[in-house]
Amino acid sequence: MSAITAHHDDHAHSHEPSFAQQLRSNRLGLWLFFFSELFLFAALLVARFFLWGGARPELSQVLGLIATSVLLLSSFFVYRAESAMAHGDRKTFQSGMLIAAFLGTLFFIGVVFMEWNIFGLQGEIAGIELFGHLKPTDGVFGAVFYAMTGMHALHVLSGIIFLLIVWNNGRKGHFSSEEHWGVEAAALYWHYVDVIWVFFYPALYLIGTAG
Amino acid sequence: MNTLSIWLTSAYVRGLIGQIIGTAVGFGFITAIRAVMGLDTSNIEPAVVFGALIGVPGSLLGAGVLTDWIKWIFGKKTPLRHGAPEGKPEWSRYINVDVNHKVIGIQYGFTSVLVLLIGGFFAVLFRIELAAPGMQYLTNDNFNTLFSAHGIIMIASILLGVGAMVNYLVPLMIGASDMAFPRLNAFSYWVGIPAVVLILSGMFVGGWDTGWVGYPPLSLRAPLGVQLFLLGFYINGLSSIAGSINLLVTVTTMRAKGMSLFRMPIFVWAAIAASIIQFTATQTVGMALLMVVTERTIGLNFFNPTTGGNPILYQHLFWFYSHPVVYVFILPGLGVISELLPVFSRKPLFGYKWIALSSLGIAFVGFLVWAHHMFTSGMNDALRIPFMISTMFVAIPTGVKFFSWMATMWEGKLSFETPMLFVLGSISVFLIGGVTGPILGTIPTDMHLHDSYWVVGHFHSTMFGGFVFPFFAAVYYWYPKISGKMYKESLGKLHFWLMTPAFWLMSLGQMRAGLLGMRRRIADYDPALGVETTQVLVTVAALVIGWSVLIMVYNLISSARSQKMAATNPWNSRSPEWQIPYPVPEFNYDAPFEVVGDPYDYGLDGSKYVQTIPMPAVGD
Repeated sequence: MSAITAHHDDHAHSHEPSFAQQLRSNRLGLWLFFFSELFLFAALLVARFFLWGGARPELSQVLGLIATSVLLLSSFFVYRAESAMAHGDRKTFQSGMLIAAFLGTLFFIGVVFMEWNIFGLQGEIAGIELFGHLKPTDGVFGAVFYAMTGMHALHVLSGIIFLLIVWNNGRKGHFSSEEHWGVEAAALYWHYVDVIWVFFYPALYLIGTAG
Repeated sequence: MNTLSIWLTSAYVRGLIGQIIGTAVGFGFITAIRAVMGLDTSNIEPAVVFGALIGVPGSLLGAGVLTDWIKWIFGKKTPLRHGAPEGKPEWSRYINVDVNHKVIGIQYGFTSVLVLLIGGFFAVLFRIELAAPGMQYLTNDNFNTLFSAHGIIMIASILLGVGAMVNYLVPLMIGASDMAFPRLNAFSYWVGIPAVVLILSGMFVGGWDTGWVGYPPLSLRAPLGVQLFLLGFYINGLSSIAGSINLLVTVTTMRAKGMSLFRMPIFVWAAIAASIIQFTATQTVGMALLMVVTERTIGLNFFNPTTGGNPILYQHLFWFYSHPVVYVFILPGLGVISELLPVFSRKPLFGYKWIALSSLGIAFVGFLVWAHHMFTSGMNDALRIPFMISTMFVAIPTGVKFFSWMATMWEGKLSFETPMLFVLGSISVFLIGGVTGPILGTIPTDMHLHDSYWVVGHFHSTMFGGFVFPFFAAVYYWYPKISGKMYKESLGKLHFWLMTPAFWLMSLGQMRAGLLGMRRRIADYDPALGVETTQVLVTVAALVIGWSVLIMVYNLISSARSQKMAATNPWNSRSPEWQIPYPVPEFNYDAPFEVVGDPYDYGLDGSKYVQTIPMPAVGD
């Protein structure tokens, strides 16, 4: 069943969408993806309010606040990198992307290695505990906390990888001030993951009574 | 290269090998870690789950779906590749990764029918078991696994069928050269294959007894097979999300000149409404499924009440997707009905704008009714009445469609070729499904009928009327466009006249059994219920439906081999895809067209829907 006739490559190019049209499609597609992911994160927030109600677990407030600040700060550097690329300033672009990826990694370490404490570490500085106590098997507190931070950390991790890919391709000169959809997408994705945390952080650390 | 070696090096075989290797790697990795940590390695469940997850990228890598994207990571630009793989014949496009929406649409269609036959075969197996009380040749566990697999396999088949229609038709109908993201389109199809493999393999590692809903706490205690079912279901969701985003972008940015929203063929509206549901609600069921997987695998406790969990949470998240998803199934089906009726009635579609907006209306109301599945679940009583009322609202946009169909046919010049017969069949069957719905949506009657065979009868008539009949209508209708040949009308009519009365009998028989007290999802029943004759009739009807579908498969295959070409526009349709001769060019329209009138002005002298834009000579 051969329903389609093949064409030569030069003919194909005349049918492929222009960069401007493809950019329009890419932008819309990315925003629809964000909207779709909103339902994923909303489902987690529903689980949090359904199962925890007005209670929340005992968590290290200092650790949560520092991790949140680090993540918010990273968005500034991503923005700086993106606008540098738009102005053709490749040096600022590279440093911005690297700093953002570094801050994202700090956030990831703060959640996975310190708050989750997967290696069972202990220690404190100036009376502040550095490592969390909550275990994934600690009833609904553990379940929802690990599900929400885990799903978010997965997005942070993919975001870091995305930033590094874009940084590497930018370093090799694959983007220009006019055509840098990859940079734009990575930056938007990073801001998006950041904004999700703005809703997750109060739901986990602030709303409700501890204990 | 001979045919066998082309098949053996096809993306299906490479994907399967990739999935097996990926699964083995994931399984070995976790087993090794658990052994090093001194954990009990006789519990293979975590390793199986991780293996199943790694198997999916394994399959995609093996098939070659990810090749271009991996090159992008390293900064290589890759042009879209068109045509058959290097040194292979043209037909091998269909068994390899291809980015053309028509190829992908046909791949979806083939897979859908194949999966439909598998799911139907399961149904026949346990339907024969139910023909008499007592256990004949299945064990309880086999029965449970078979009906559970029937449910989810059929849903996979329907989603593939929707993918087939949407992928093949929408770019052609709106005058686009392809989908907006051709590679993502290929991904959407190919990620569904390991999902189906996962679900089917779940049947061989203990099966599962939860039905397709997978409610905890039962799913927390079910055999290992339930994990593969949950993961297969989840992976299928990725296909839905990627495909629906692609469709929405395509319709937004790639319509032909002059094709305003209310001048699109009506099927496109149905595809939009279905996609809106797919790309949002799928995420919540994905989360619900993951919660069960993580609760079983790493002990996160969401659903165990002794430590504060609540199984009702699963039902809310599950039905927030799984109610709207039935509209994902039926909206494209109802779109096909609205698309075909004017062609076979030779009259304008009655109330185009109302039909278009009623699709969006059904999609919107669909988000507000999920808890009507949970009237007996023990959820908060205050939710019952609002959800009963919102459920009744579904009847309004659905009623709009029914009245439009009646008015479209009214005083039309009807002709009764096979596609039209299936359209009329779907209206009759969907009506049965429609009028039996409010009885379930009303709280007092639902208390009585919940989990009875009445539900089975209602559900199957909505699915057959809303998807299966229209899908078959679409298959027959667009068959000449896809294959260039005409199917055999006599066999098509035989298919219809076997399937439709058999379906009425099956559906009404199921409802009768339910009214008499037959419960759903049980392998055996009390002869004192007085449902034995009904059960025999339902089983015979199911067998007739099965044979009639095989007749269609034979018809499609044997007609494709005939030498006689079909006419370019055998139905005298005004839709743009019928204005170009077979075969459709790689990029659909060699010369772009412009919309100059309304799509369904059948019978209006001198009216035109599309006309080709005269092109200046291009020197290429």
